[in-house]
Amino acid sequence: MSALVIKDLHVSIADKEILRGLNLEIPKGEVHAVMGPNGSGKSTLSKVIAGHPDYTVTRGEVLLDGKNVLGLEPDERSRMGLFLAFQYPLEIPGVSNANFIRAAVQARLPEGEELEATEFYAKLYEKMDLLEMPRAFTARSVNEGFSGGEKKRNEILQMAMLEPSYAILDETDSGLDIDALKVVSNGVNALRGPNLGILLITHYQRLLDYIVPDYVHVMVGGRIVQSGGKELALELEAKGYDFIREGLEEPALAS
Amino acid sequence: MTDTDTLDIDRSVGDFSYPEQHEFDAGYGLTADTVNYISNVKGEPEWIREFRLRALDVFEKKPMPTHWASKDLEAINFDKIRYYLAHGQKATRSWDEVPEDVKRTFERLGIPEQERKFLAGVEAQFDSEAVYSNIKKAVGDQGVIFVGSTEGLIKHPEIFRKWFGKVIPTGDNKFSALNSAVFSGGSFIYVPPGVKVKHPLQAYFRINAENFGQFERTLIIADEGSEVMYMEGCTAPKFETATLHSAVVELVALKGAKIQYVTVQNWSANVFNLVTKRAIAHEEAEVKWIDCNIGSRLTMKYPGVVLKGRKARGEVISIALASDGQHQDTGAKMIHAADETTSNIVSKSISVGQGRATYRGLVHMPKHLKGCKNNTECDALMINADSRTDTYPAISVRGTGNAAQHEASVSQISAEQIFYMQQRGLSEAQAMSLSVNGFVNDLVRQFPMEYSVELKRLIDMEMEGSVG
Repeated sequence: MSALVIKDLHVSIADKEILRGLNLEIPKGEVHAVMGPNGSGKSTLSKVIAGHPDYTVTRGEVLLDGKNVLGLEPDERSRMGLFLAFQYPLEIPGVSNANFIRAAVQARLPEGEELEATEFYAKLYEKMDLLEMPRAFTARSVNEGFSGGEKKRNEILQMAMLEPSYAILDETDSGLDIDALKVVSNGVNALRGPNLGILLITHYQRLLDYIVPDYVHVMVGGRIVQSGGKELALELEAKGYDFIREGLEEPALAS
Repeated sequence: MTDTDTLDIDRSVGDFSYPEQHEFDAGYGLTADTVNYISNVKGEPEWIREFRLRALDVFEKKPMPTHWASKDLEAINFDKIRYYLAHGQKATRSWDEVPEDVKRTFERLGIPEQERKFLAGVEAQFDSEAVYSNIKKAVGDQGVIFVGSTEGLIKHPEIFRKWFGKVIPTGDNKFSALNSAVFSGGSFIYVPPGVKVKHPLQAYFRINAENFGQFERTLIIADEGSEVMYMEGCTAPKFETATLHSAVVELVALKGAKIQYVTVQNWSANVFNLVTKRAIAHEEAEVKWIDCNIGSRLTMKYPGVVLKGRKARGEVISIALASDGQHQDTGAKMIHAADETTSNIVSKSISVGQGRATYRGLVHMPKHLKGCKNNTECDALMINADSRTDTYPAISVRGTGNAAQHEASVSQISAEQIFYMQQRGLSEAQAMSLSVNGFVNDLVRQFPMEYSVELKRLIDMEMEGSVG
């Protein structure tokens, strides 16, 4: 079954429950947006799927193509085809961007197989051109001294190089001006296709003008409370999250 | 770049030994008889025997370093150490003539192969004596001398005696006195005026025997306008008991000469590594110590440069990696003794587990000098919460015409950073290793290529052992 499936997920950090029975299914080839107000648990969702050690899953499953990944190390999940574009990408002083990406690509090869350097660089340059990143970025330390926009482009570059089956983009639009947003969106759109499922996590509808989702889900209080087509995002934009909150006595759970 | 394929290599490539076959053994403990035995076996001139006996006297009278030094020094029992062990054969110029077990040792360490690839000359020391010493003909033809210390003092007394013990006097510290009493092995190098030795000269120091002390003595003289790079590597098998390595290294860079001295120290974790290294830089000369300490139980080593001539320049680039049970107590000394002298110290240390890294620096600029400059940077990286790092910089700048700047930082690899790298598919150990390599990257680049590759591999192995 080719999908990223989240079933009845309950998650706590330091005894505080943040996700409370979340259900979501992202088949390969589809783009799903999860929108929600601050504090609804959106970023927790992305980190838990990726395997961040700070969170405790108390109930539920995360299935990657039918296999439960809870309990696997973050790097195992990554090599199984899961990618997370971070909201706040980390800096790695002294490690060049090219070497970092190369190590990550190498980690996907079978033991004993060496990455072909010329092919690697040819592909790297092609993807950098797509994201309008100057060649100098290969030699700079990972994310060190990068502007907000450069960091986000660098996340998409890594995604393009690692060719995941499922990608989670966590607030990729935050901190981007309109030009950078267009470049990043073009990059993501170029990667869309039948072999990739995308989970877009965002606070604002603005991103969805550029990366048009197949489905939109609204997350409040650690649950998906409403799901619909892309027009749901426009409705949210017009009415605000309050209109969802008002009808929350009987939350409409996602299918 | 992480070469993940190197991660599965055995942690200690040097951890093997062969049965001892020593023709000469000075026995346990240190007395005047021991010193006389060594001098007799080596067939040395009388002045050296007297030099040794005087040094023994100084050693016996001098106290151990006290308040500032590690208490671990008290674990050394000078009566339980053997001070001289040798096969009883002169160093040969061909690997074929080296005794079979010794040859196998160096082949396993890759020395003959490196020699063929990129070295101008090699000396290989096994316990107390060099077993192999060879210099490429083209380099020898330029007048460059590269021999063991005994051959140096016997065959080239006119150069040797002039500088021997002048940079580091016998009484400099207890361990320089010890070395002066029982020294054996090490290199004597002389580079004639204007000669630039293109490829590095290398010495490899190997301890094979248990309860043993290795006391090599190296003296390098770069005559006016000459240039030379010397590299040393060292390993020992891991025995149950402590082993002592206590070298003295003296460098003399005459007017306009350049010396680079590169060390990659990977002693096993039972070795006390107590080394005194110092250089004198004459007018417009440059001395650069590139020093990397990965192994040993306790290392105490502070390479120094006495900037004696106008516009002389001294530099110490230092990397230390202290794992569980290790204490790397390293640093640098810069003694400014002439106008317009400059010095640069860059030290990076990594403490892993309960490892401890200590930086001790001494920069001295007296009042009467003008236009002297020092830059000191020391950065420490701590991997675990119980790792330890200490910094003791002592910078004395007097007068108004001199300047020194000092920067220090302590950082930790954050859990978020490791998570980020793991999310890209790197294992926790690979992520650690890449972060640590990134931390020292700017310094590793200053090592000769072959050594920087080795260094990266050693760091990978250490980090692999430090997680999960």
